[in-house]
Amino acid sequence: MTEAPKYFDEMFWPDGTARVPYAEYSDWFGTEDVRRLKRKSAQAEALFRLTGITFNVYGAEEAGERLIPFDLVPRIITAQEWTILSRGIDQRVRAINSFLHDIYHRQEIVRAGRLPAEMIAQNAAFLPQMIGVAPPGNIYTHIVGTDLVRTGENEFFVLEDNARTPSGVSYMLENRETMLHMFPELFSKVKVRGVSQYPRSLRRALSASVPPKCEGPPTVAVLTPGIYNSAYYEHAFLADQMGVELVEGHDLRVVDGRVAMRTTQGYKAIDVLYRRVDDEFLDPMTFSPDSMLGVPGIMDVYRAGAITIANAPGTGIADDKAIYSYMPDIVEFYTGEQAILKNVPTHRCSEPDALAYVLDNLADLVVKEVHGSGGYGMLVGPAASKKELAAFRAKLMAAPENYIAQPTLALSTVPILTNAGLAPRHVDLRPFALASPGGVEIIPGGLTRVALKKGSLVVNSSQGGGTKDTWVLED
Amino acid sequence: MHLKISHTTVYDYSEPVPYALQQLRLRPKSRAQQNVLSWKVEIEGGKLQASFEDEHANSVDLISFDPGVRQIRVVSVGEVEVRDTGGVVGRHTGFVPLWLFQRHTPLTRPGKGVRDLVAALDHTLAGLDALHALSRSIAEAVPYSTEQTSAELSAEDAIAAGHGVCQDHAHIFISAARLMGTPARYVSGYLMMNDRIAQTASHAWAEAHVEGLGWVGFDVSNGISPDARYVRVATGLDYLGAAPISGMRFGKGAENMLVKLHVEQQ
Repeated sequence: MTEAPKYFDEMFWPDGTARVPYAEYSDWFGTEDVRRLKRKSAQAEALFRLTGITFNVYGAEEAGERLIPFDLVPRIITAQEWTILSRGIDQRVRAINSFLHDIYHRQEIVRAGRLPAEMIAQNAAFLPQMIGVAPPGNIYTHIVGTDLVRTGENEFFVLEDNARTPSGVSYMLENRETMLHMFPELFSKVKVRGVSQYPRSLRRALSASVPPKCEGPPTVAVLTPGIYNSAYYEHAFLADQMGVELVEGHDLRVVDGRVAMRTTQGYKAIDVLYRRVDDEFLDPMTFSPDSMLGVPGIMDVYRAGAITIANAPGTGIADDKAIYSYMPDIVEFYTGEQAILKNVPTHRCSEPDALAYVLDNLADLVVKEVHGSGGYGMLVGPAASKKELAAFRAKLMAAPENYIAQPTLALSTVPILTNAGLAPRHVDLRPFALASPGGVEIIPGGLTRVALKKGSLVVNSSQGGGTKDTWVLED
Repeated sequence: MHLKISHTTVYDYSEPVPYALQQLRLRPKSRAQQNVLSWKVEIEGGKLQASFEDEHANSVDLISFDPGVRQIRVVSVGEVEVRDTGGVVGRHTGFVPLWLFQRHTPLTRPGKGVRDLVAALDHTLAGLDALHALSRSIAEAVPYSTEQTSAELSAEDAIAAGHGVCQDHAHIFISAARLMGTPARYVSGYLMMNDRIAQTASHAWAEAHVEGLGWVGFDVSNGISPDARYVRVATGLDYLGAAPISGMRFGKGAENMLVKLHVEQQ
């Protein structure tokens, strides 16, 4: 009798035969020479270096630019699975936009007793300057990257709603491009839905969100903090792919009541600014006065209805990890439906009972900073040493409100190609959704992040994770 | 009372200014206790770029300087009919939750000075009585003085200085009220003075939210609650949120500001 496997392997049954979605891919793989594939893998890396898709890792100064490793075994999702996931994401994105409108207006959800006022009051992402501001179509978050994990055949959970500035979409596009380039024959065997329309869809979604003062065809631009930002490549890539200008704060000023960019023909008004500059640095006249990255006066022009900022300032209130634990209520409150996608059960350490439970079960839990991101400052109980547990316990007790805890999820695995052949590694998935007054569009695919280290559950690129091409099969 | 106000602010620069923006919170609005009969804001050397209502329902104008100017002049004139409501402004309206007015800002963060002041109050008093007592004790501890304290002094710094102007009094009151659990805000506006028309600066006071009454004004510097001589122009969590003019300027050179203010009864 064999023990049931601890983790759901998305490609293989426990007996080693391929599951249905991977059947064709597996047949193809069986006819391939692993050494040839490894050579292809090296080619892929060279290709990435050539296109310049690199990622600056915080805290790794010696490697100013490091490549996120790409694994050439795709992550495959069936049409039926995708239908459920995309419906769930659509519902969540609609709920988040309604939530943001409510939070910056009447706060009905607080009045109804479904969300404690402190969740807003004590949240640094809540911007009083956004109170009463209703962007076109009441769309606050235009670009959302919902992090999903899988634990079983039909078990998907939302891990995080990235509603402020989700990054990584350039990897989704480049990974597909690379796969098409390396294995064109594979795509004639397996019918995979395309993702290359993303830049067009993004531009369409942004253009559909023009402010009332826009006249004529909408002018869109991408605002980047500059070349030292870890995602600069993505900013440049998206601007290029959309066919719009990439600008920095010093290229912009207020002209004739609009935010305008310097061009060779003088100043040109921007209707929609896809900004990749954080709220705090967006406008030194309204937020951090020392910011050199932003555009003085842009918030005033925005509040006067003469530019659309995507995503809207203050959207971070919706993707905070403490708010996350209320997402099932938020979805229900605004859509009148049960959430299609499940939340991971979350203990809010600010609550004394929850804190006591978390302290008693620290070794089994994952503890995260409420305002943290990128896998920093988190504890993975089962993987932590006694010393690390003790140190974290002290941090937790000193400021419990800064933490939430979740059970360690048995993340599904998809194989990666190693020197010894295929080997299972844990994955997550970040599909990208685009919201505009016309509705929500979800690109069939996404960024699959994979923990390259055997047994590791941390998929963040900043912590040694890699990426895979994500295939959504045609019906 | 029918008041006529003319408020001119002139900025002179030692060198031409290539680019600058200013946010103006200079336009009063009609409310229960005041009716704005006429108002206009004119700019020389600059241009109106955007107008909007901020989260506190203040009318805000964003202006830009004409490239290369050495002087900008902002003239705000109008007439307002005010009635005495004993300082009561009324029920809290708008979308800003009351808890926001209990949030400390860098200018109102209480330290030892504010804590001591609150601790010394008669704790048998509550509501309006407690706030009036607070106002009196601030005026005693930090007497009014026209001797200019540096601009943007915090409540704590003003207590340490031992004297203050209306802005300092308002900040100390706000800081202490919030410490006592009372929502409080800063008000910038005008005061008609009985003995003169020409003034050198606009006025400021504080408002606290009192259960049952709503917002009530407290002018610590004059030891009263605002009456028919007071025109409310803008409110905020502190001076920075309600300042008549704030801005940012590119380029080098020194700035010199001159205020000419006339407030007279018609």
